[in-house]
This record gives sequence, structure tokens and C-alpha cells, in this order.
Amino acid sequence: MTKIYIPQDTVSCALGADAIAVALADANKSVDVEIVRNGSRGLFWLEPLVEVEHNGKRIAIGEFSGSDVTSLLDAVSTGKFESLKGYLGDIEQHDYMRDQDRLTFARAGIADPLCIDSYRALNGFKGLERALALSPQAIVDEVREAGLRGRGGAAFPTGIKWQTVLDTSLEAPEIQKYIVCNADEGDSGTFADRLVMEADPYQLIEGMVIAGLAVGATRGYIYLRSEYPKAHRLLDAAIERAEQANYLGADILGSGKCFDLEVRLGAGAYICGEETSLLNSLEGKRGVVRAKPPLPAIEGFLGKPTVVNNVLTLAAVSSILCDGADAYKNFGMGRSRGTLAFQLAGNIKRGGLVELAFGTTLRELVEGYGGGTHSGKPMRAIQVGGPLGAYLPESQWDTPLDYESFAAIKAMVGHGGIVVFDDTVDMSKQARFAMEFCAVESCGKCTPCRIGSVRGVEVIDKIRTGTEPDNNMVLLKDLCDTMEFGSLCAMGGMTPFPVRSAIEHFADDFSKK
Amino acid sequence: MSTETIEAIVDRLSHKEGPLLPILHAIQAQQGFIPSDAVGLIGKKLNLSRAEVHGVVSFYHDFKTESGGVNTVQICRAEACQSVGSELLEEHAKASLKLDWGETSDDGQITLEPVYCLGNCACSPSVRINDDIYAKVDAARFDELVTQIRKNN
Ligand SMILES: Cc1cc2nc3c(=O)[nH]c(=O)nc-3n(C[C@H](O)[C@H](O)[C@H](O)COP(=O)(O)O)c2cc1C
Ligand code: SF4
Repeated sequence: MTKIYIPQDTVSCALGADAIAVALADANKSVDVEIVRNGSRGLFWLEPLVEVEHNGKRIAIGEFSGSDVTSLLDAVSTGKFESLKGYLGDIEQHDYMRDQDRLTFARAGIADPLCIDSYRALNGFKGLERALALSPQAIVDEVREAGLRGRGGAAFPTGIKWQTVLDTSLEAPEIQKYIVCNADEGDSGTFADRLVMEADPYQLIEGMVIAGLAVGATRGYIYLRSEYPKAHRLLDAAIERAEQANYLGADILGSGKCFDLEVRLGAGAYICGEETSLLNSLEGKRGVVRAKPPLPAIEGFLGKPTVVNNVLTLAAVSSILCDGADAYKNFGMGRSRGTLAFQLAGNIKRGGLVELAFGTTLRELVEGYGGGTHSGKPMRAIQVGGPLGAYLPESQWDTPLDYESFAAIKAMVGHGGIVVFDDTVDMSKQARFAMEFCAVESCGKCTPCRIGSVRGVEVIDKIRTGTEPDNNMVLLKDLCDTMEFGSLCAMGGMTPFPVRSAIEHFADDFSKK
Repeated sequence: MSTETIEAIVDRLSHKEGPLLPILHAIQAQQGFIPSDAVGLIGKKLNLSRAEVHGVVSFYHDFKTESGGVNTVQICRAEACQSVGSELLEEHAKASLKLDWGETSDDGQITLEPVYCLGNCACSPSVRINDDIYAKVDAARFDELVTQIRKNN
């Protein structure tokens, strides 16, 4: 029997994978094949990427379409794939895959994401088994040793956050604690959280259970954005199966430890990715940002000690506990240890997920992996780190991608999203959008953010139409300062970053109108 | 939506920690929007004021207070989609459907909405129709999708 893999993630399905699976099942009358709906490997520009298991290799055919089904089945019978349209050969040797440092995404795309046996066969749940034999403090130490920093954007050391939550037991031994996974992934240009949830959901579940063991939390929530319906279905199914297999529930693998997990849907608010707004939302309130202190680690969900971590942070914990802190720490540079899931997006030829150790440059990523723009026109600006990240001109593309180097040029790595724009981009329009987005998504708590962003749109419009451009530019810069220094959270506080970077590096776009 | 149905939903979910969003999602999934009667009822059952429940409903883009079209068509307006011409797609959609954001077509089939990122940013522009996402959507593909919706109903 030959296995044919057709991905079932959002991107593949958005490009017709479901219809291909149906066409293949219908056409297949004589050849002995089994269709497996795997997760994506993250080589999104090649989706739907169909793979055939052949001589111990996975032979891939990219941009597959329903009309290629008959020739694929013929190739399966003859064992000759080379002449197929879109033939890529052994996918593991593809130049996009071969040199990646895949830790978190090592399993992505290999198997049916809901098959627990496949997960186990690929080192799944080894980290959890190890954690069950360790003391809570030893688990926290391992995570701190690994140098893991939060992947949601702020890059706070995970071990320190966990220690704070663990230590609340000293004063209140019986207190209910929570693990909350931030799966709000609102930044444009990011999809790594989604890929974990759709291609390897047990890894996230495993990481959350380990977090629970580490800090003494018995309940967990995954706060998932409502824009991800497929991830929602897959997570719900994975949780149910993990419960049946005793990886969740009242007696995890016979250890007597318990952990319950539930997915909660957001409701289309970008600000609910900010952790305190998220907690309010989870409690059933308006997603308004809370002032800190108190830290969520001490007074979080329902006022109880709560770990809030990003999907990728929690997923990384599984591999850290499986392979040890040293193995993880050996990747990276400076104070940025381990790997980051870079997400190549926007106007790019080869968009997808590239997991690499920190320290590579933007140019290596967008030119080497990305292959330049999709339009074929020259690249002009790259926005890194989502809607609150700066737009970088070519002179900054050789900056090493690590947290400190990026902070030094007033940019941020954030969640690793990289959005490429070609030379048709009008940067004054992008600056306007940054303000507009802030106006739409502000939680409304502080005036500089709520009102400032609206005024920002108006002032940029005046500059764009040539109304007292010099005076209005002074006003805009002043407004950016007010927003940066007068806002409670990074929504209002960092919206000035894309705006200022556009003004500073692409000044022509503001004056030629 | 009858009082009994709303109460049944609230009763089924009120044991949850922070039950309001799950309740609102469940009502909207069934009714397509949050009827104003539901706001008071939920408040009474959860011991919240009408204003508190209304405040939550109005905070989130997802929750609607009036019925919309049979199908919700969302076009991504975020940066990754902008970089490959989503603005042209927006203009095309508005002009061809004769709708602005938030409006519903006269035949009641389509409500047009903006969305900020569908996580499909390597294959933009992206469109969501109900629970299905479509990649690399240009004007021609958009027209096909709309025709398909109208044929299905
Ligand atoms: C406006 C705003 C949006 C955010 N959106 C997200 C998000 O979508 N996902 C995420 O994990 N963190 C997001 N964050 C960061 C969270 O506040 C928080 O730092 C993170 O969830 C902590 O987890 P980590 O330490 O694992 O990164 C956002 C922050 C701000 C200010
Ligand atoms: S900066 Fe904006 S989003 Fe953040 S708390 Fe203030 S008003 Fe809310």
C-alpha cells in the first residue's frame, strides 16, 4: 500500500486541498493507496503540496491540482515520479527545508496531526514523561537554563515568569493556578502559532501540561482567535483524544497529577493578544488592558496566579524537556537562545515558515529563502514584528535577527513575522494604516492611543494632500512622542514605530504629493 | 429566538469560568446575532447589569446586534495582503457587490466585512467566507466565489 499525503491545514485547503483529496479518492479504483491528511510543512508557496511515500522517502509534488490526479496515480503504479508537473523530489532535501533548524516544527507536516501514535513515534510526550519524574523546581530550572524567552513579542524570560507563579505557593499552598496559552496571533504576516496548532497540536498540549506541573496549575485555557476555525476544530479534537489517552485529565499517565484544558474563542479584537486584555476577555469582560502591577503571574485569571505564554513558547518547552536545556541553548546568539520561527509573508516569492537559530539576517531570509518579491519588482521595505513593528529600508537588512540587535535600531523581532513590500509601496499610506489600525483596535483606555490614533490619520491625510505639510509633519512627530510616552500598553506605545520609520527612511513618499 | 432557547444556552454554559463569551458565541452561532432581549436575560442569569453585557457585546468586532446576510464575506485588510494588492480587491468587492463595509446585499445573501489577518499571509490576498478561507484571491476569483455562493442558495 502506498501512502499519499494531502495537507489539511488552512493554507492548503484555501488552495483546494480538500477537493484534491476527494478527486483522488474518486479516481482511485485500481491502485492500492491510502490517503493521509497530514499537516503542512510550512512551504506555503508550494501548497497544495502532495507527498508520496516511496522507498522510504517522501516524494513531493508542489502546487498540485485536481487535474493532476490521474497522472499521479499512474506514477504511483510505475514508481516513476520525475516527469510529473511540480515534481520536487525528496521533500526533506528541498533547499527550503534542508538547512532549517527545526525544533518546534520538526514534526510539522509529517503525519496526521491528530494521530497520537505518530506523535509518540516522533518523540512526542517524551518531555512530559521526563517532567513527571522531576520536581516543579527542577522543571522551572530546566526552562530557565535553556534561556527560553517568550515568543509572543515581549521576549520576557519564561523561567523567571514560571518561578514567580511557582513561588506563590509559598504563601498560599492551596491556591488555584492557571496556564493560559495566548493563541490570539493577531500580527499580520504571522502564522507560526496556527501551524503548530494545525500540524502538531499535541506539542502545544504537552507544553501546557508541563507548564502546569512546573508551577502547580491544574487548569489551562487556550485563548484562540476566532479567525482560525480550522485550528479550533483540530485543537478540540486533539484535546479529546489526549484526554482519552490520559495525557490530560484527572490522572495523567497514572501519576496522580491532573490538568484540564479547554479552548476559548476570542471575538475579533487585536488588543486581546495583550495578556491582561486577554485575561479580561477570558473572564467575560471587555478586553480592556489592565495596569501592571499586579502581574498576571500573581493576580491573573480570576485574580489567581497565571502563566500567560505564547503558543510557540509552550511548544518549545516540550522540546526543551525532551532534549534538555543544553541542546536548546546551543542554538542562537547573545541573549537570544534557541530558534525562532520566521514567517515570510506579503509580497514574496517563496512565502512560508523558516525556523532558524537567532542571528541570521533579514537579507538571508528574504533573498535566500524568500527568493525576492512575488511581483518580481525590487524590494523596498520590510515590516518585521507585526503592525507595531518598524518598516526597514535596505540599509538595515543586514542587521542580525536577535532581540537586542533589533531593539538597537528601534525595531523589533516580535513574533517573527516578516512582510515584504516591493517598490510600488507608498510608505505614507502604510504610516496612515498604522494609525488607522490603532484607531480601530485600541481598547480605549488611554487618550493618546484612542484619540491620538484618530488625529494621526487626519494629520497624515493633510500631509499626503499637501496641506501645510511642514507644520503638520511637526505635529505628527509630536503626536508620535505623546503616544509613545503616554500610552499604557504597546498598542498606543508602539504604533509610532512603523510611522516614524516610514517618515525617517522613506521621506520622499511624504513630500511628493 | 425564544426566551427558553436563550435560557437553555445560558444554563448549559454558565458553570464555566468566565462564561459570557462562550454564551455570546453560542447565541450568535444559532441566531446570527445577539438579540437585544438576550442581553437583559443573560445579565439577569449571570448577575450582571444590562449595561455590562451590552458593553461586552459592543466591544468585540465579532458580535453583531442585527441580523446580517446568510453568508459573511470578509476581506483581509492587513499589511501582508496590502503588499499584494488587497486594496484593489477591496475596491472591486465593494463596487461589484454595491456594498460598503458592514452592509448586506438586497437579496440578503452577503454581508461584506473587513478582517485584520486570517493567518494566510504567505498566499495573500485572503478572503474568508463563513468558515472557509481562500488564498491568492484576485478580482476574477472573487467573482467566482460570489457566483458560487449565490448558486448554492
Ligand atoms: C497590542 C498587543 C498585542 C499582542 N498580541 C499578542 C498575540 O497575539 N500573541 C501573543 O502571544 N502575544 C501577544 N502580545 C504579547 C502579550 O502581551 C504577552 O507578552 C505574551 O502573551 C506573553 O507570552 P510569552 O512570554 O510566551 O511571549 C501582545 C502584546 C500587545 C501589547
Ligand atoms: S495604549 Fe491603547 S490599547 Fe493599550 S491600554 Fe491604552 S488605549 Fe488600550
